[in-house]
This record gives sequence, C-alpha cells and structure tokens, in this order.
Amino acid sequence: MEHLLALTVGILFSGALFLMLSGELVRFVFGFVLMGNAVNLLIFAAGRLSFVGPPLIGKTGTVPATPVANALPQALILTAIVISFAMTLFLLILLYRTYAQTRTLNTRQADFLSESPGDDSDSDTPEKDHS
Amino acid sequence: MRITPPDTGAVPDCCRKGLYSCLLPAGLFALLCLAWPRVVNGDVFTVQWAWVPSLDLNLALRLDGLSLLFGLIITMTGFFVTIYASSYMAGHPQNGRFFVFLHAFMIAMLGIVFADNLLLMFICWEATTMLSFLLIGFDHEKSDARENARQALLVTGAGGLFLLMGILLLKSAGFSMTLSVLSESADVIQNHALYPAIFICFMVGAMTKSGQVPFHFWLPNAMSAPTPISAFLHAATMVKAGIYLLMRLHPVMGGTPLWMSTLVLVGGATALWGAIQALGPCDLKRILAHTTLMALGILTLFLGGQTVLSLTAATTFLMVHALYKAALFLAVGSIDHQTGTRDLNDLGGLATRMPLTALAVAGATLSMAGFPLFFGFIGKEIMYAGALAEDMFPLFAAGITLSANALMTAVAAIILLTPFAGTLPAHLKNTCETPWTMRIGPAFMGLIGVVFGIMPEWVSENLIQPAVFAFHPDREEIRLFLFHGINLPLVLSIITLTSGAVIYRQKIRLRRGIRFLTDHLWVTMPGLYQSGLTRFLTTAATVTRILQNGSLTTYMSVIVFTLVVLTGSVWLPHVADIASIPAVTGPYIAMGLFVFVLGAAAVVVTARHRLAAIGGLGGVGGGVALIFLVFGAPDIALTQLLVETLTLIFVSLILLRLPPMEPIVKPGATFQARTLRNAILSISAGLLVFTLVSGVVSTPLDRSLTAFFETHSYVSAHGRNIVNVILVDFRSLDTLGEICVIVLAAWAGVHLIRRPFGQRKAP
Amino acid sequence: MKSVILKTATRLMIGLMLVFAVYVFLRGHHEPGGGFSAALLAGTAFSLLAITNGADHVRKAIRIRPSVMALAGLALAAGAGLPALFFGKPFLTGIWWQTETFAAGTPLLFDSGIFLAVLGAILSILLALEEN
Repeated sequence: MEHLLALTVGILFSGALFLMLSGELVRFVFGFVLMGNAVNLLIFAAGRLSFVGPPLIGKTGTVPATPVANALPQALILTAIVISFAMTLFLLILLYRTYAQTRTLNTRQADFLSESPGDDSDSDTPEKDHS
Repeated sequence: MRITPPDTGAVPDCCRKGLYSCLLPAGLFALLCLAWPRVVNGDVFTVQWAWVPSLDLNLALRLDGLSLLFGLIITMTGFFVTIYASSYMAGHPQNGRFFVFLHAFMIAMLGIVFADNLLLMFICWEATTMLSFLLIGFDHEKSDARENARQALLVTGAGGLFLLMGILLLKSAGFSMTLSVLSESADVIQNHALYPAIFICFMVGAMTKSGQVPFHFWLPNAMSAPTPISAFLHAATMVKAGIYLLMRLHPVMGGTPLWMSTLVLVGGATALWGAIQALGPCDLKRILAHTTLMALGILTLFLGGQTVLSLTAATTFLMVHALYKAALFLAVGSIDHQTGTRDLNDLGGLATRMPLTALAVAGATLSMAGFPLFFGFIGKEIMYAGALAEDMFPLFAAGITLSANALMTAVAAIILLTPFAGTLPAHLKNTCETPWTMRIGPAFMGLIGVVFGIMPEWVSENLIQPAVFAFHPDREEIRLFLFHGINLPLVLSIITLTSGAVIYRQKIRLRRGIRFLTDHLWVTMPGLYQSGLTRFLTTAATVTRILQNGSLTTYMSVIVFTLVVLTGSVWLPHVADIASIPAVTGPYIAMGLFVFVLGAAAVVVTARHRLAAIGGLGGVGGGVALIFLVFGAPDIALTQLLVETLTLIFVSLILLRLPPMEPIVKPGATFQARTLRNAILSISAGLLVFTLVSGVVSTPLDRSLTAFFETHSYVSAHGRNIVNVILVDFRSLDTLGEICVIVLAAWAGVHLIRRPFGQRKAP
Repeated sequence: MKSVILKTATRLMIGLMLVFAVYVFLRGHHEPGGGFSAALLAGTAFSLLAITNGADHVRKAIRIRPSVMALAGLALAAGAGLPALFFGKPFLTGIWWQTETFAAGTPLLFDSGIFLAVLGAILSILLALEEN
C-alpha cells in the first residue's frame, strides 16, 4: 500500500512542478498547493499506512487498548497543513500585489522583469531632497 | 571642521549631554582604581558565567596587571576624549549617535582586555571592528570617509577571521579556550604540529588590527574620522588591540624562533616605514597617523624579545605613546577647530594665541622626542637597553629603534615648532584659545608625561611591573630610574637627539625625497587592495547577474535540476536495493481514493480555466482528507477539509481580481521546446520522489518515539487524543514556532494589501 | 455579494458554526479537534459573514482588532510556557492542577493561544482583503 501511495506522491510532485515551472504565477500557486498536499502525503507514507483506529486512548485505559495509527507523522502533518495554508495565503496576496503593480502575471513578459514606473525603480539613487 | 564659531570660555548648552556622558568612563576608571592596589600586590580578580558551555564559550573576565594597565589607559583616554568631544562635536546634527558609538567602542575595547576566554575576546574584537567602521565613517556624507571606513572594516575584518581561524585551530588541537589556563600548556602548544598555522593566524589578526606592514595602509586613511575618534582609536584602543593580543599570547606562543623572527622583522619594517613616511605629509593628522605606525612597529619589535627587559621596554613605551599621542591628536584637533586648517604650510605662531594648547603640545612632543625629565626619555632608555638584550637580531633591533627614534625626534620638532613658533600668518590673527573642555585633556595628559618622567620609580612599581609580570613568568624586577648612569643607552639617547636635530634641519629636502619615493613605488599595498577590491566587486556583480536574472522559471529549473541530478546521482545506485514491491493487499477504497486524487490533479494541471483548476484543487484536497480518514487520522482529515474550504474562499476572493490564465501551450503553436523541457524536468523529479519514498517505506520503522507518546499521553499529559497532546504539550515549542510563522505571514500579507501603490514605504 | 439566500443562510449558520468551533476546541484534548481546527472553523464562519454582510459586520462582531487577537494568541501561547520555569522545568513543560475527576493545565492555555493566533491571522487577511 505504501508503495502505491509513493507512486501517487511522485505523480503529484510531477504535476506540481510542471505547474510551478510554467512561468505563469496563478499556475505557480496552484502547483504550490498541489505540492503541499503531496508533501503531506509523503510524511504520511513515511509513518506507514495501517488500516487501524485513530491514535486515541479509550475512555477507560491509560494507553491505547488496540494498535492505533502512528501519531507522530499526524502531528507533523497537522502543523504542515496549517503552515502551507498560511504560505498559500501569502503567495496569493503577493500575486494580487504583483498584478496590481505590473499588470501581468506572466514572468516571461518584459515589463514584468524590468520594474514598472509605479515601482521603487529609483530606490537606489540617493535622495537629495529628503533630509 | 568648523561648526561652532570660535568663542572663548563657556561650553555651549547643546553639548551638555555629551559632557555628562563622561561619567561612564570616569566611573569605570574609579572602579579600576579601587582594584589597583590589590592588583599591584599580585591579586587577580576573576568572574565567570557559563554562556555556551558546549562551545567552551564563557563570560570569563579577568583583571590582572596587564588588563589593569590597558583598562586605565582606555578609560582615562575615553574620559578626556568625551569631555573634549562635547565641545568639538557641539552642534553636529548627530551628536547623540557619536557618543553612543564612542562609549560602545570603549566598552568593546574593555571587553577585549578583560576577556579571559578567547572566543569572548574574539566577539569583543569583532565589535571593535564594526564600531570602528561606524566611527571612521561617522561623516558618512563624505565619500572618502565611507571609502576609508570600508577599507578599515575589510582589512581588520579579514584579520578578525584569521584570528577566529587561529582560535578554532587551537580548539581543534584540544587546547583550552581560557587564556589563563592556556599559558600552562605553552610547551605542548609550541611543539604541536599545528603551531605554525595557529601562530600565523593569530599573527595576521594582530597585524591587521595594529596596522603592521603590509596591512598598515588602512590606519592613516582612518584619519577621516572626527579628530576625537582618531585620538581614541590611535592612542589607546583599536590599534592597541593587536598589541594586547600579542602580549597575552606571549607566554603561550612566545619564545620560539618563528615568533621572535616574525615579530622583530615585521615590527622593524613597520617602525621604519612609519617613521620615514611621517616626514612626508603636510597634514598634521596624517603625520600623527604615521607616527602611530612607527610606535606600533616598535611595540611589536619588542614583543618579539624574550627577556624581561625587552617586554618592560614594550610596556613602558606603550604608556609613553598612549599619553603623548592622545594629547597630540586632541591638540591638533583644537588647532583644526580654531583655525580651520591642519596644513603645516598655513600654520605658525599660534603659541601666543593658544598658549595652553601650545604648552600641552610642548609637553607631549618633548616626551615623544625623549628629552630628559620627560616620560619619553625613560621609555627611550629602557628601549635601548631592551633592544640590546634581544635574543635575535639585537643589533637590527637597536638600529631600527635608533633610526625610528631619531626620525621621531625630528617629527616631534616639526609638530611643535611649525604651528606654534615663528610669525603668525595674517589669516590666523583672529584665532583664540579653545573652551576649557578642549584644553583639559591635552594639558592633563601632557602634564602626566612630565610627572611620570620625574617619578619613574613609582610608575614602574605600580603600573609597569604588575603588567609585565602578568605576561612573563620570570618575576625579575626591572626598575626604572630617572638616571641610570652613563652607559650605552644614554649614549644612544644623545645620538638620537642630535641626529633628530639634523633631520629637522633638512626636513624640506627630506619631505620632497619621501614624496618622490612614495609616488614612484611600483607596487603599493593600497594599490593592491584597490585593484583586488574592484576585481572582487565586478566578479560578484557578474555572478549575481547570471544567478539572479529575475526569471522565476529559471530559478525553479535550476533548483529542480540540481535536486534531480545531485540526489539522483547518489540515490540511483541504491534503487535496486528496494525490497521487491509486495503485492497490494490494502483496502480497495484507498486505491480508489488514490486514483481520484490523481484524476483531480490531472484536471488542475491541464485546466484551461481557473474555475476548473480550483475545482480540481478542491478535489485533490478532499481526496487527501479522505485518505487520511481511511488510514486512521481523523484529526488531520478534519483540519485538511477545513483548510480546503478556507483556501477555496481566499482563492476565489483574490482570483476575482486577477486576469484569466493564459494557456500553457499557446494556441497555434504545435510544439514548444520549453514546455517539453519543463515536462521532462518535472517527470524526472517525480520519479525521483517516488523511488525515494518507496525506499523509505521499505526500511524498518522505528516506532520508539510513537511508543513513548502513546504510553505517556494520558499518564503524564492527561490527554486521550495523542496527536493533540503532541501538538500542545510534548512538542509545543515547535507549535509555538509554527503559529509565529502564521502570524508573521498574516502580518506581512496585511501590509502588502494595505500598502499604497506607487509610493515608497514610509521611512 | 447580494444573494439573499446566502445572506439568510449565513445568519442562521454562523451561530451554529461558532458554537461548533467551541465544541471542537474543547473536545480536542480527548477526541479529534483542537485549537487549529476550531480556529479554521471559526475563520470559515467569519469569512462567510464578511462576504455576505461586509467587513464592518465582522469587525463589530469580534470587537477587537484581528492583529491584536493574533498577537494576544502568541503571547498567551508563549505565556503558557512560563509557569514551568517557576517549577524549574524547561520552558513550555505542561503544568497540571489535578483533582480526582478533573484536570486542567497550561496546555489548555497553549491551545487557546493557538486558537487566537490562527483565527487572528486569518481574520486580519480577510478583513484587509475585503476592505481593500
């Protein structure tokens, strides 16, 4: 089963990277989200799949009565999900900002590479009029 | 720099704050004075706090005779420089910054001399490097100040790296990081195979800091600092740090032929070159800077010796130099401040206009020239005695000392006579004396030069001997006297004074000759530095242009390509080791979910419209959540579903404001090499990930951590949900870091959204 | 957004969702749930409210500024680690007060910190976007 999941992860990775390489920023974000999912599955696979109950301790005992799923990767993934969510939000905002400033989301377009008039293009010339 | 109109007497109100800050050095000086009598008796004060014990890094401070001597010089000079600067810098717009830097620098310097741990000393060493950058470049609106500050930073910073390397070599050879312990294993260190490397690293560090040839060039250029800073840096602090390091290392590494020959030769070269160059310029400050080089060379030369006499000579001259150099720098600053120039050709006859400054300069220069009854005379006598007692090259050392001293005598005469004697030029008619704050420092230090010259026994007993004992094991008593009787050193002293007078008579001709010489050198260190720096910067610019070309696709391609090639080349030979993939036995529902996720992903990759892609992403997220649920992870399944929902909301909120996607393959284009290349890259990366994960899951699983969490989750942490207990209890520090990331991302995002367009960020 | 159905449905649902969020938060220590899920749930509820009724509505509902909420969450989470220091244990070690039937401890505070920080982060971006 783990090997099948590994194959799934590999294919998801390919798709995610293909999108991220396309040079268009919306696709980049989609690829990023896809890769987040792939990585979560990767961590999950590393903790092994088992068709057993969740890592909860029953109402009576002090330790799980029956074998339960590996809790450690789950804790890691939970953190990873929320962090990749925050990063996705940030990327989306960057996208929004980029478009507002450059009017394009294609990284290969010339005016995207050079800085647009509204940008801080003059930031490295020293200011004379300010004290 | 003429900021305030030259008026007499009162201190302007605006500089009171600077004046009050002299309480800091004064207080430290008083503290050291409290410890002084006990240090003279041979007591050593130590304090120690563990800082990073695993790295041998302790906040270990130690006060012995040598530290005390340096501490007294640093705080005393700091005190007078602060008082002086309160008037000198008055009205400067960045007055406050100046005093903060000055005192921070002083404290860093005290850190060097009190540190008993080599790593702690290095930290303070680097602090002085950085603060000296800020101080030399204080007038940062002038381009040469910036240039010179950078030069000082690069040269001394590079030397600092050598010092660190030496410290780490010493540590890797298994020696202690504590200086006072280190000297006990001197024999082992000196016979260690790494000794030459360690010595060279330490030596380069000390040479760059103390301006030894061939790293001397930054020091005269550091004159672009405001004059009080030059006085502080040159007389007492920055450049003496290297000398201090050599003194501290003397009992550890000194005495070998390598140590002796290197120090004597380097020091001799520096002393001679500095003394010759001091005759060249007309700028008073540059003259003083070159005499500092000479003094540092002489100090290094004497530290190359092994006898108590030679080390006593070094320590005595250190004090002599600190006293006269600080006084002279401050006095030159006063001349500059009152007349607006420091050029010898424009100055003359100021003795009538600035009598007290003239007196202070007279005291300092006579001490510098080594006239009897002045402290410098004592210093010179012991120097000759020490040079003649050197183990290696005694005649070379004596010769260098003699010629350097003769040149110094001439320079002292130039500094005293040219500005103050002779007729007063017309443009200086209105010059008047400085306020008291600018007179007290030079006057007091000039006066000490005389007092110490008259009572050398007291000085040697209370200052010099405790210092020498701290870094020389033989407690051989060397007493300084006013008059040692008629002997060889006295004869040499007389030769020095007469030849100095001869050189002074010929000063104009000599100046021309030296200028001709320095202008016609084929290779100069500043030239080498400049061309090296230029080449380095152009290379860096080229590399940056190639690597940072602004194309996201290029960056990504490089990253993915590197991943595939590097990881793949290591991993591929082991792929065959993966145990044969077992027959699939798992639940068919899971397989169905995998297929579903892949199908949804295919929709995302091939989507021509955003809505399709968003839908596909939702499918992938939901499918992944179900996979989690099937394999016993309801917690993450729940979180994943909720995150999917929120992501969907935000994606639609933002994508509504963006243009539609462009197709991957442009309509009409049948074949695009770029798309093909991207596909090959991503597929090979995916294959790599697949084989890697397969490899990982083929190895046995270590469940010991999980077992720990399972047994302790309820017993110790009172929670039945093991995942949640890990998050909020066992690994809560990780979670704390995570929510910090989230809050930071949100904060940055909010400001990106809110920041107005086309405007610079508010300063 | 002007859809009347969505608006009405949101009004009905938001209370439910928030109550459910609190429930998810509280059961988190023994059953699936916890601060993260609860914050995401509450965030979803407020997002719906913001989309249908506008950002002002949300601001009035939560009363404090979201950035303050996020920082307070961070402070609470970090502060939950401090009591351990008084007992001479490493930072963030869980400290418990126990009776025979009931146990409460610093991890609960820590979880509340997570809740506030994540919710504050989500809300601050949401409101900034809606008001822009």
